[in-house]
Amino acid sequence: MSDCTIPEHNRYSRDDEWVRESEGGLYAVGITDYAQQRLGDVVFVELPEPGTKFDAGQAFGVIESVKAVSDLCIPIGGEVIEINPSLEDTPETINEDCYEAGWLVTLRPNHPAELETLMDAAAYASHIADRSD
Amino acid sequence: MSAIQRTPLYARHVELGARMVDFAGFSMPVQYTSIKAEHAAVRETAGLFDVSHMGQIHLSGPDAVQTVERLLTCSVATLPEGRVRYGLLCNHDGGCVDDVTLYREGPQQFMLCVNASNIDKDLDWIQAHRLPDTAVQDRSAETGLLALQGPRSPELMDALCKDASGATPSSLGRFGFSEFDGPAGSCRISRTGYTGAEGFEIYLPAQNCRALFDALLETGVAADLKPVGLGARDTLRLEAALPLYGHELDDTTSPLEAGLERFVKRKSGGFIGHEAMEEAERLGRSRQLVGFELEERGIARAEYPIRVEGREVGRVSSGAPSPSLGKSVGLGYVPPEYASPGTALEIVIRERPIRARVVKTPFVQKV
Repeated sequence: MSDCTIPEHNRYSRDDEWVRESEGGLYAVGITDYAQQRLGDVVFVELPEPGTKFDAGQAFGVIESVKAVSDLCIPIGGEVIEINPSLEDTPETINEDCYEAGWLVTLRPNHPAELETLMDAAAYASHIADRSD
Repeated sequence: MSAIQRTPLYARHVELGARMVDFAGFSMPVQYTSIKAEHAAVRETAGLFDVSHMGQIHLSGPDAVQTVERLLTCSVATLPEGRVRYGLLCNHDGGCVDDVTLYREGPQQFMLCVNASNIDKDLDWIQAHRLPDTAVQDRSAETGLLALQGPRSPELMDALCKDASGATPSSLGRFGFSEFDGPAGSCRISRTGYTGAEGFEIYLPAQNCRALFDALLETGVAADLKPVGLGARDTLRLEAALPLYGHELDDTTSPLEAGLERFVKRKSGGFIGHEAMEEAERLGRSRQLVGFELEERGIARAEYPIRVEGREVGRVSSGAPSPSLGKSVGLGYVPPEYASPGTALEIVIRERPIRARVVKTPFVQKV
């Protein structure tokens, strides 16, 4: 996949989600540029109720593009605090700006140290390069 | 057939940055930019599709009329030269082998335009059921097919193509076709399409496809013409409630169940599958295709169960958010008692019943 943006300041999961510390001890989660390019036009996003708790790797929502339905897996365990309210009406925000306006949820992590188990930008770049043809 | 095939425009799609997917054995563009934008182009200005994956089967000879009459549900003898008719190839049980468009080229000459996924199946079926004096020729590989669709398509088509007498393609009536000269030499243009919009389909030798594709894109710049992929093709045909083989139609579905009665010569008969189809009607139709709108958020995808009052009564055949309506719509099969507009349905999406309502189709009226 050509021309994937991978910002340095995020951590990345093997399932193509990014995590970044936002404010007040919360962490924002979204999908990567590679993931949104693979999905194509996002037409629907289903997110959990705030207050729901997940362990790392658990499915916390669903993202649908025209041709596929995919689970969203939480990169680090924690409690969902906010969901991105704009995605209900404009799920295409994920295609347009997956790292900023297209964030999915914010979390209060159970163990912020779990972040260290995720990849940095360089490791994620080689992770996706290994999967491309 | 294991290797993925390419249309003559494969390299051009890649150059244009299209996302390519495998569809019916072909590597095809699903989208160049965004499905929403490409869908809007066809509804508001114009869109250009490469549909060269589709098949073209030619039938000719003294028995050709009778052969086609026997193979297709639509009436053939009454089809004038230079006209196109939609019809179905049915099996002996009244199920659909394929849905096709039939072009009458001459007194004894026909062209069938068939679904890419069914070319081999159709050829086998036609060969096995033709009358002796009918020549059958598959010209799918050497024939390219473009579709120019949308309200501004007549002016674009006219800017590039003329026939020997100086007439332009917009002089064609709906479902008419004729030969024209254009920037890629001679081509056959029909006033047909699969989008529910005004438009044309253009058949030409595969090697000339690129010249016409590029000429149209260039002429179309001022009219906001966009290349359009299969993603928007699917949402456009769904809004128009046009069936897609493999979804609304298959070998076990009768055209009557699919709501295609007007393309079936039920009275005169004489085609394969007629008796079985009528027998099934006498016994009472068990299911019927309906359109529905979701009343809650979600996307009704193919194969999702349809329930009425908690009981499963059918399955979704196609569904997507309709870009033109801003609603999530779908097609599916239900027993006739639940087919009237207004009937409350539930679509089971990831084990959760979502409220839906039967509505009239097409979802989007032709303008």
